[in-house]
Amino acid sequence: MDLLIFKAPILIVQASMDGILLGILFALIAYGMALQWGVMNIINIAQGELVIMGGYIAYFMYVAGIHPAFGVIVSPIIMYFVGVGLYKLVINKVVDRDLFISILATFGISILAQQLMNFIFGADVVVAQSNFGTTMLFDNSVTLPNSKIFSAAVSIVFAIGLVFYMKKSKLGRAIRATAQNARAAKILGVDTEKVYAATFGINAALCGVAGSLIAITFTLHPYVGLPYTVRSFMIVIVAGLGNLPGVAISGMGLGVFEEFADYILGTEFRIGAVFLLLVLILVYRRFKLSRKREYLK
Amino acid sequence: MNKLSKFILTFVSAIALILGSTSISFSKVVGDKIILGAAVSLTGKYSTNGKHTQNGYNMAVERINSMGGVKVGGKTYKFDIIYYDDESNSGRAAQLAERLIKQDGVHYMLGPYSSGLTKAMAPVTEENKIPMVEANGASRSLFTKGYKYLFAVLSPANQYLEVAIDLAVEKNGGPVVIAMAFEQDAFSQDVRLGIVDAAKRTGSTIIIDDKLPKELNDMAATLAKVKATNPDVLVISGHSKGALTAIRQIAEMKIDVPMLAMTHCDASKLAKQHGKNSEYALCAAQWHKELSYSDEFFGNGIKFDKDFNALYGYAPPYQAAESAAALLVFKDAFERANSTDKEKVRDALAKTDMETFYGNVKFGDGGQNIAKPMVLFQVRCEGDTCANKLVAPTKWASHKLVHPIPKWSER
Repeated sequence: MDLLIFKAPILIVQASMDGILLGILFALIAYGMALQWGVMNIINIAQGELVIMGGYIAYFMYVAGIHPAFGVIVSPIIMYFVGVGLYKLVINKVVDRDLFISILATFGISILAQQLMNFIFGADVVVAQSNFGTTMLFDNSVTLPNSKIFSAAVSIVFAIGLVFYMKKSKLGRAIRATAQNARAAKILGVDTEKVYAATFGINAALCGVAGSLIAITFTLHPYVGLPYTVRSFMIVIVAGLGNLPGVAISGMGLGVFEEFADYILGTEFRIGAVFLLLVLILVYRRFKLSRKREYLK
Repeated sequence: MNKLSKFILTFVSAIALILGSTSISFSKVVGDKIILGAAVSLTGKYSTNGKHTQNGYNMAVERINSMGGVKVGGKTYKFDIIYYDDESNSGRAAQLAERLIKQDGVHYMLGPYSSGLTKAMAPVTEENKIPMVEANGASRSLFTKGYKYLFAVLSPANQYLEVAIDLAVEKNGGPVVIAMAFEQDAFSQDVRLGIVDAAKRTGSTIIIDDKLPKELNDMAATLAKVKATNPDVLVISGHSKGALTAIRQIAEMKIDVPMLAMTHCDASKLAKQHGKNSEYALCAAQWHKELSYSDEFFGNGIKFDKDFNALYGYAPPYQAAESAAALLVFKDAFERANSTDKEKVRDALAKTDMETFYGNVKFGDGGQNIAKPMVLFQVRCEGDTCANKLVAPTKWASHKLVHPIPKWSER
């Protein structure tokens, strides 16, 4: 059974496509994480919960009779303010502190968000229907849900949009300046407090986009956020900070790797295999670092 | 009075007060009330099903009390339940069992929601020799530990989808090729064991046997394998998330299989959430309102459904029905024991052989209900409204099974 993929080579195409589409969506979440990690030096454990929150916004639009795909516009707007609010309430108190403190703080936010969502939205697993249909390739032997293709396309649009925004806009430049050297930026007149709030808001907005895409491609439940946090964390670790094309490539790479691990090692090992790869990459990094003095950019 | 004697007086009266109040609550029977203890999930991830469980218990208590209560030794008692919220957490459930028994002095317990929490509570009730009638823990491992005080009104998990394999073999006129995907948790893996047994028994082959990690919410790889191997039956179990993900991706990837058998279709509101995409899915259930069992308290399934709906404003899922049945079993056992002694009640429970609106109840050596078969329903749509229709066992079937499932290109 393990060799099914070699008996039916068309599965290689299917697995690669599935992996790439999945990887792009994960890369969008990781993109937000890399941004705020790079700028604020905070590892956000509540990333997955922000994603699920964004998903519920799209879901409730669907319940109200609006097509859930419009969630990719509404959800980031609402989530931006949620992000800024969270920054003002909690994150600003831990931003200059030890990494450990910020992990604890965001871990707390994550638990609180889960319980609140469970309290407000209920413990049922929900889905929003996009009715986008299916794309069939190679004489119907490869099937790609259009909802996944839509998700990947929207993710790419938002990612490219953000890159331009960071390059061209005043706030974008301020964010990059703060990431490079917060103290120097402050001296030169950048309101770093505002920059931090905006960065956390932008991250939450990206999570909102990803969440609405997950509402139409997968399922939503108040407690399923953690796998998204872990996955985006891994993507950022593999790509390195401040390396946005790297995030996209590592997202897709991990997606494809996971699909192939499923076919070759078995479904029960697919997530384990990804973690094993992460360990190997970290060991390799450590090995490289020990030979050449380097610092994280 | 000097300071010391004042202090001693206060201290002694405080102790007396504490002892006095605890001696009132430290009893399994208070006045004309038989106190039952229950920890159910009112918050946390099982809160929806925990609520169904509690509603089922409450409705049965009200019904039994209003219809004459429980007659023991010439005296009439009423049921009363002490509830605690276990927060969907097995550690908390075990603690609460301890608290119900040691502090509240409860001598009879009702089960929590889910196999995992029941598993956490059972060792505590067993150690304290407290009979527990549970209605929501189906995992096979609950019934292989030799527990003497655990009684389950529901069928064990391994029986959930065995019927589906038998049905497929019957329709196919011989052994079938099975593809299956189960989440890696106690319940789903028990369902899997049932399928493995059924496959052995019928000489069927298992071609795909995927174990889905809990974190996984994408079944595309499994379904692509199914598409490449063309099995006769596809069996999937992974709680509500698994059921909803499977239907979404089967529809999107246009996977054609002659039979699709699943669990948790009603818990996930599959027919409502996925509408026509879920049509023809075959689902295992402990109970369906159209079954013809009856009892004097709830009448039959249809009547229970109506009364429950009037009381709580939604149709009862089987979790509520089986929870209500647990109280009927307790009442019956108290009356046959003709005593409130927990050992006598336990012995009476072990000899239970009765019919309830939910089904027949008779306990095997492990405490599982051996008198009630699982039922299968199929999601069927009329226009855009889809509902679960009973198709097996044939004795109660309201609709004929559609087999094989029409291909996506023909729908």
